[in-house]
Amino acid sequence: MFYKFEIENLNAWFGSKQVLKNINIKIREKAVTAIIGPSGCGKTTLIRCLNRMHEIVPHARVSGKVLFNGIDIYAEDVDPVQTRRKMGMVFQKPNPFPMMSIYDNVAAGLKLNGVRDKKRLNEVVERSLKMAILWDEVKDDLNKSGASLSGGQQQRLCIARALAVEPEVMLMDEPASALDPIATAKLEVLIRMLAKDYTVVIVTHNMQQAARVSDFTAFLYLGELIEYGSTKDVFENPKNELTEKYITGQFG
Amino acid sequence: MGNNYTRVKDTRHQRETVMKSQQKPSIFIHILSVRISKILKNFSKGDNVFKLLTAAVASSIFIIIGLMVYELTKGSQLSIQRFGIDFLVGTKWDPAISQIFGALPLILGTLVTSAIALLIGVPISLGIGLALSEFSPKRFGFAVSFLVELLAAIPSVIYGLWGIFTLIPFLRNNVYLPLHAIFGFIPLFSGTVYGGGVLTSGIVLAIMIIPTVSAVSRDAFSAVPNTQREAMISLGATKWETAKTVMSYARTGVIGAIILGLGRAVGETMAVTMVIGNKFQLLPASLFDAWYTMAAIIANEFTEATYDLYVNALIEVGLVLFFIALIINILARLIVWRSLRLVRGIARE
Amino acid sequence: MDHYTIRKIIDKSMRILAYLALIVALVPLFSILSGVILKGASSINIDFLTQPSPTVGEAGGGVANAIQGTLITVGLASLIGIPLGLISGIFLSEYSEAKISSPIRFFNDVLSGFPSIVVGIFCYALIVRTIGFSITAAAFALSIIMIPIVTRTTEEAMKLVPATVREAAIALGVPKWRTTVSVVLSGAKKGIATGILLAVARIAGESAPVLVTMGYWRWWFAGLNQPVASLALNIYIFAISPFENWQALAWGSALVLVILILGINVTVRTLTREKYK
Repeated sequence: MFYKFEIENLNAWFGSKQVLKNINIKIREKAVTAIIGPSGCGKTTLIRCLNRMHEIVPHARVSGKVLFNGIDIYAEDVDPVQTRRKMGMVFQKPNPFPMMSIYDNVAAGLKLNGVRDKKRLNEVVERSLKMAILWDEVKDDLNKSGASLSGGQQQRLCIARALAVEPEVMLMDEPASALDPIATAKLEVLIRMLAKDYTVVIVTHNMQQAARVSDFTAFLYLGELIEYGSTKDVFENPKNELTEKYITGQFG
Repeated sequence: MGNNYTRVKDTRHQRETVMKSQQKPSIFIHILSVRISKILKNFSKGDNVFKLLTAAVASSIFIIIGLMVYELTKGSQLSIQRFGIDFLVGTKWDPAISQIFGALPLILGTLVTSAIALLIGVPISLGIGLALSEFSPKRFGFAVSFLVELLAAIPSVIYGLWGIFTLIPFLRNNVYLPLHAIFGFIPLFSGTVYGGGVLTSGIVLAIMIIPTVSAVSRDAFSAVPNTQREAMISLGATKWETAKTVMSYARTGVIGAIILGLGRAVGETMAVTMVIGNKFQLLPASLFDAWYTMAAIIANEFTEATYDLYVNALIEVGLVLFFIALIINILARLIVWRSLRLVRGIARE
Repeated sequence: MDHYTIRKIIDKSMRILAYLALIVALVPLFSILSGVILKGASSINIDFLTQPSPTVGEAGGGVANAIQGTLITVGLASLIGIPLGLISGIFLSEYSEAKISSPIRFFNDVLSGFPSIVVGIFCYALIVRTIGFSITAAAFALSIIMIPIVTRTTEEAMKLVPATVREAAIALGVPKWRTTVSVVLSGAKKGIATGILLAVARIAGESAPVLVTMGYWRWWFAGLNQPVASLALNIYIFAISPFENWQALAWGSALVLVILILGINVTVRTLTREKYK
């Protein structure tokens, strides 16, 4: 599979307000694709359309196709719950479960899927925390509350939680926007590492971050896809004038 | 004079400075400060009086509660002196002959009927809370919760009226007699079935606490930040699995709701006394047997208490009920307040 | 059956159970309302509305004196309860930083959950022992039940008035107390009025405190140191009596009470909902 996602004529609405207009993108697997654009351009909506999270908001609507591994996830017979299981999502503000321990947070998804075997759970929790570069910091007390960590650690906990169910894709919606520079740097290292095994789609309002971290970049403006290509091309040789203006900081 | 200028810049000590420099009137800033401070003083006089008056009125709540303790204690003096601690563990209530009074069966009756009310009412209330906050759209929630709140507006005595003429015949014929026929060998379901009694009053109480417990639970669920739900949904959780997480997050608020419901059940008077059978006995023979609660005995016998010790005994029952209700309500409020602070605190992170 | 299918079945079942709980809770509501309407309506006639309570064995009879009694009792209770609750609510809203505010608010909440019969006995001990069973004692008891409700709703209504309104007045030089009384109060008057109406609806239906401070009264208003008839209490007395015409009066009284109380509740809640739209 060369393209993990093939998005065809995707439109999205909040009630009567249209937020995405005819988006067509093919997202490469095992690479980092960044979605950039000024506030309100629809980048969060786009990423939430990938795991059918957009429609859980009342009055939200989608039309078009999103082919995931070749199958349209918006087809009639597709179960959104199972779709979401195959993708991990990390949100703008870290949202660990405060009433659960670090261990239980990471294991949450596994337990949902019926995994009860203590050995297996321990293995996966450790593996996921290591992948999220959090293991060394928390391994001595996995029973602490999920909320007792610092912001950066909480976000990595959320990543571990998402990784534990072995998704094929990691969707990240401005994952560093609530973090300090050091935590952000750690996160960016993590994202590059994840790209070896996962397809990563990251929304960011920070252009430099997109340039640092991604292999491909999509630029959205007012719900439309303005430009899409390899990060190098988009940043060094933007084909669209709007792209160039955004990248040089003339607006947004 | 130079010193006063530098100090005037510090607004916290402005009034101090102004006072000290009142003997030096020729500076414009000083005159202005003097004028402002005079106006402030006039403001504060009227305001102070207002604040004091309203505070005094608001503090009457302490006087009311304090007076209650005082009057209830004074009013049960004879009984307290006569029976002491034995009142709380006494099992005899004989106003006619021996004039001995003991409240243990009443306390048990109150607690057991309230426990039944919770056993039946809490799951239903949680179901309603989830249905309205997690499983349905907002507008449906509004309309329906309005209906559930109407249940709370119906007076206790009308519950009793309905209890006597509608619920009791219905339960007797359609629920109790069949239960008795099938499970009659179990003590709980044995004995004579007349329709009222322990289980019936538990059922009526359950209906009466549902509005409170479901509303407070629903508030607790709504207060859970949406990011928690999204985290579960993105992991591939079903609506029910997400709801379980919400309940777990809100569990302090739910506990508060349950205790609030307990507080209401413990104090319910008219509906209970109209369906429970008003039979003084340490333990009922079965769920279908009649019994008594603290509130019911007061309502039932107060107007017939012809001599002082009798009245005092009933007032002492009221005193016990007062303290039980006080403890439960304080506990409930503390927990509900704490849960609100917890949710806000966690959400801040 | 794989694990995921089981999860889906559990999900569906729990959601159905939740809605079932909703239905189970609403069944009594409709049963009570329909019972009161059907059985009560057959009692309502001219006699019902104009005759006082019947004596034992007497046929017919009405609730006219009970309606009069309830109105006077509620009125008296409101005379005490509304001002006290209003002023307490004003204090809690305008001076909520004061150290004494939290305890006041806390104990108000605690008192609002209290068994009404205990309040009744308290008033018995305080007033009946000196004046005797009387409307005064009953009105007192009902006012105590009213106060926490009015306090809370007043505080909430006043807190809804935006800070900018107060700031504008203060900037104009109006002292805080005048701002509160003239400006904020009138801004909150809808909320306060609904709170008062709800409190009135609540105490109109109270019978337990009435029972121990007044008892059953067959006649019309006879003075402040005498009892008065009460619709709510009459329902109790008539319902447990062995006379059929008394029982019919109980249903009729229930209908009147329900119309009054639910009428207030429904009106108030629909009006306040419009505010949020």
